Amino acid sequence: MIAKKIALVVAVLMVAACAGKGTQDEGLSSGAGAAQPSTSSGGVSDGSMGAGGAFDDSAAAGPRASMKNRTVYFDFDRDEVKEEFRQIVSDHGKYLAANPGAKVRLEGHADERGSREYNIGLGERRAQAVRQALLLQGAGASQLATVSYGEERPSVTGSDEESWALNRRVEIVYAP
Amino acid sequence: MRRLVPIALALVLGLAGLVAATPARAELVIEISRGAERPMPVAIVPLGWQGTGAVPMDVSAIVSRDLASTGRFDPLAPNEMVQKPTAGADVDFQDWRTMGVEAVVVGKLRQTGAGEYLVEFELFDVLRGERLLGYRLPSAGAALRLTSHRMADMIYEKLTGVPGIFTTRIAYVTATSRGGRPQSYRLVVADADGANEQVMVESREPIMSPSWSPDGRKLAYVSFENKQAEVYVQTLRSGTREKVSSRAGVNGAPSWSPDGRKLVLTLSRGEGNLDLFTLDLAGQMLTRLTDERSIETEGAWSPDGQSIYFTSDRAGGPQVYRVAPIGGAAKRVTFEGGYNARPRVSPDGKRLAVVTNDRGNYRIALVDLERGFTQVLTDGRQDESPSFAPNGETLIYATREGGRGVLATVSADGRVRQRIPAAEGEVREPAWSPFRTN
Repeated sequence: MIAKKIALVVAVLMVAACAGKGTQDEGLSSGAGAAQPSTSSGGVSDGSMGAGGAFDDSAAAGPRASMKNRTVYFDFDRDEVKEEFRQIVSDHGKYLAANPGAKVRLEGHADERGSREYNIGLGERRAQAVRQALLLQGAGASQLATVSYGEERPSVTGSDEESWALNRRVEIVYAP
Repeated sequence: MRRLVPIALALVLGLAGLVAATPARAELVIEISRGAERPMPVAIVPLGWQGTGAVPMDVSAIVSRDLASTGRFDPLAPNEMVQKPTAGADVDFQDWRTMGVEAVVVGKLRQTGAGEYLVEFELFDVLRGERLLGYRLPSAGAALRLTSHRMADMIYEKLTGVPGIFTTRIAYVTATSRGGRPQSYRLVVADADGANEQVMVESREPIMSPSWSPDGRKLAYVSFENKQAEVYVQTLRSGTREKVSSRAGVNGAPSWSPDGRKLVLTLSRGEGNLDLFTLDLAGQMLTRLTDERSIETEGAWSPDGQSIYFTSDRAGGPQVYRVAPIGGAAKRVTFEGGYNARPRVSPDGKRLAVVTNDRGNYRIALVDLERGFTQVLTDGRQDESPSFAPNGETLIYATREGGRGVLATVSADGRVRQRIPAAEGEVREPAWSPFRTN
């Protein structure tokens, strides 16, 4: 840890302090954005990248670094893209604008609380919020597909604030 | 204050020994809470057996368990019976009165051919010394369990004035995962007591929101098998299924009209905003019911067909509203608390079951539509998906136990609760069938 850049150490400490447990295995959000959020800052890898991969070049701002972050987290019952995730979304938007052949699927999710079909609605709203942000950056509508899984595909199991925060998300999935 | 009725204790003890041997079988654990009114002491005397070989089915045990499961009856255990008559003429009312038993059932199980049986039974009011019922029910061997439930339905209705629900079924969704990743989702149909589980469809992608057709022959549900939410209708007996809605975006929350011709469902039509529509199944004709920027979903038809209740967050948090099946202005019907969602209408149309936020906990509540009064029925932290039994006396819902999703039932007066432990995985989204018509 000591060898890492100061910004990263701060981010790690914040995550550790706020999340309380089990954050070591989770890839961190890029340092390219503003200050990291509290409980929802642990960016979970979407499986297509190795956990912790964001460490290596996260200090180098720009599309490539931020592209490794493919998950946007949301507050309870909200669908606004929070300040700390705007850079990530913006980077993806610019990348899509520059690469018209690339396609993404925006998978919206909710935490387990409340009724299931209403949560499909929340996940859909979140996916649409990310879609709008990508369109604003010049991505084409035909490059973007959305789907809401509601609470049906949690990223982590567990019935606590930490798990819920990690499950309220939109995953940006690039078509192979 | 909780107590277990004697049969429940026997079941719990029996279950402990069963778990390892038959992990796939769901068993009811009956748990009477909140001090139910004194259940009626009854005796379901073991039926006499007239046939070759071993008794094919312990009919009286099934009947006893059905009756006990409602919390309204306290069946005497067979080993406490001083006499076990199998014919009405042999019933000594004085003896049963001494035992405190108020109703007694006697009868015989006769073999009438190869795999053919006759269940004969009589029901007596012990206090009046009066015969209340007498039936002969022919049954194939494979149907003896169902015939036992029919017998329980008849007894229940005679003694309470309310139709029994022991021959009804429940549909639900199970999810298993491995290493934290979802592995398999199943749509399952089982008897109301959890027995006879049959998998209707299995998928690696989520399955949601099963809804029974009014004739009990079909289920509508949501499947993500093609990587997006689509609505299917599946016929139970044949297993054939039809994709009825796969429009762009969300296709969800199907619920049948009382005449079985339409579904109310939720569509986003690729616009990212959920609204309610009705779908005429014969003509595939869509009618828009709502046009709001908020989430409108979870439609449920009233039994008289005149209203559709649904969830909307147009006022901020989710609340339940009512709209006519042709659309138009919607009227808000829930006002207590900041979260009321996923309405289901009682069979008499007078109450709604909803998921409500009760001081930070998601619980099942009943809303009295005439007086606006809300009663919270359950005490879990994440109770959801309530569904009325067709006689309106009981609701089944999903709850969590030890971090797992399980099913439970609660009586509409909140007094009697049962949980149905799952053998494996998560169990969720129960839907109680209509009465059996065949």
